[in-house]
Amino acid sequence: MQKIKENVMHALFLVCACVSILAVVLICVYLFASGVPAMAEIGFKDFLFGTKWKPSSGYFGIFPMIIGSILVTGIAVIIGVPIGILCAVFMSHYCPKKLYRFVKPAINLLAGIPSIVYGFFGLVVIVPFMKELFGGSGKSLLTAGILLGIMILPTVIKTTESSLNAVPRSYYEGALALGATHERSVFFASLPAAKSGILAAIILGVGRAIGETMAVILVAGNQTILPKSLTSGIRTMTSNIVIEMGYATGLHQDALIATGVVLFVFILIINLCFSVLKRRKD
Amino acid sequence: MTEAANTAMNEEKKTTVPENYINRVTLKARLKQYARSPLSLILMILVILSALFAVGMLIFIIAYILINGVPHLTAEQFSWEYTTDNVSMMPAIINTLLMTAMTLVIAVPIGVFAAVYLVEYAKRGNKLVKIIRVTTETLSGIPSIVFGLFGYLMFNISFHWMFSILAGVLTLAMMILPLIIRTTEEALLAVPDSYREGSFGLGAGKMRTVFRVILPTAVPGIMSGIILAIGRIVGESAALIFTSGSGHNIPGALTGSGSSAATLTVHMYILSNEGLHVNEAFASAVVLLALTFIINLISDLIERHIAKKKG
Repeated sequence: MQKIKENVMHALFLVCACVSILAVVLICVYLFASGVPAMAEIGFKDFLFGTKWKPSSGYFGIFPMIIGSILVTGIAVIIGVPIGILCAVFMSHYCPKKLYRFVKPAINLLAGIPSIVYGFFGLVVIVPFMKELFGGSGKSLLTAGILLGIMILPTVIKTTESSLNAVPRSYYEGALALGATHERSVFFASLPAAKSGILAAIILGVGRAIGETMAVILVAGNQTILPKSLTSGIRTMTSNIVIEMGYATGLHQDALIATGVVLFVFILIINLCFSVLKRRKD
Repeated sequence: MTEAANTAMNEEKKTTVPENYINRVTLKARLKQYARSPLSLILMILVILSALFAVGMLIFIIAYILINGVPHLTAEQFSWEYTTDNVSMMPAIINTLLMTAMTLVIAVPIGVFAAVYLVEYAKRGNKLVKIIRVTTETLSGIPSIVFGLFGYLMFNISFHWMFSILAGVLTLAMMILPLIIRTTEEALLAVPDSYREGSFGLGAGKMRTVFRVILPTAVPGIMSGIILAIGRIVGESAALIFTSGSGHNIPGALTGSGSSAATLTVHMYILSNEGLHVNEAFASAVVLLALTFIINLISDLIERHIAKKKG
């Protein structure tokens, strides 16, 4: 009797463990089953590199959206990564213990704020500011990039900080003993040693930025054209799905799912980079 | 000024650990160093500015939303019924709580049991375990909009559930599953082996050991994972727009018509996207911030509790 019970529980645990496999398989099946045939119907080249997105007249080119996602993510990385790394340096090598008790929860809170709140904040603060500065509607590539840069800050800070803390203290002390200043010891001895951790932070930041949806919709303008400058409006792959999924039918709907597939593939590549990096570190 | 700083530093010397004592630099010596090495000065200024930027940004966001939002936290905002005249957020708050509770009921047992399998039952080098780990990692990296898209395709279209709270719940459960598994795994690994040996030594079976000894010891760690998951559920919007939809009132059913339920984030998205009810959007932002704050506070408390136990 006891033996049967043990075996039943063992089986139950095993089944639960397999749920995540099932989830990934289901997601792949559902997305690829509708997305890939749609891509084939539109033509892979026309879909991925077509610059015209006019579902009503049968044009399904998501190239502007791919470029949009990449550019917005690029700007976010340019803004968020340096500030994030410097902030992590502050937390691990500058911050007095008393202050740390406030800074650490502050960064955690920054990470916990829902993306819709960020988006709303961007809409009521950054967009009017940009409008004043550059004219136009204020909703642009640059606005979305800045907002995303702020949003990826906590991700970059946390990952970089923990990898900086993992660097042996002796690196820093050695540099200090050789007569280097505190800054030189930190930036030229400790920081290079945390290289792979920082790279991981950047990859995580990219993943967060490229998958972000709600905040970007509110501040990016959402035009389906290739951007001419930093201040022109743009639509990312994620926003494209949310904006049109509500009323799309037929091939249009499948094309949106195919957009999701492209995004999914992007994320898989990013995840792959991350796990390769992690494995190499171990 | 320098003297005062020096005495302050001397004061500090007594309280700090000896290893810092040796490398203490007086303010004067430090200024001299900076005069000799401008690069160091620039780097220090950049570091401080960045930290100020990050913390300042948080304070700015919170202050801006509180100042503009708190005056609009009127009693009408908390009336039980949503109407087009009074876009009350009370139903959305209740929907958020409902959604959170239902998602946890589904995801927590599965996640905890999965972690138990990975830590306590699986043999080392097991191929299946490798696959489970890879898929869990993949799952945790998928953006919420892809989950939303999938949930829409599977639950709303294939299963004909329409916009329903259950579709949202199941989508969210898949989303937080990796988080629960990972934190539980960490908590289980932190349970000393002597506990297991002790339990086995007293004649308990594996199942009894898991439920009576290992899981109770790991509760704080599991709780911190659950709190993190609650934070994600409360803040999620992209995965819910097309699964649980934008029904403004409390749903009367789990699936089918009348089961659509907008959470607070979705409610806020609709308000800010329409642009007609900016004040009400501010008010919901205040409530969301308050929820985030409480969740973070609890998570901090649990973490401190775990650290205290360890130390």
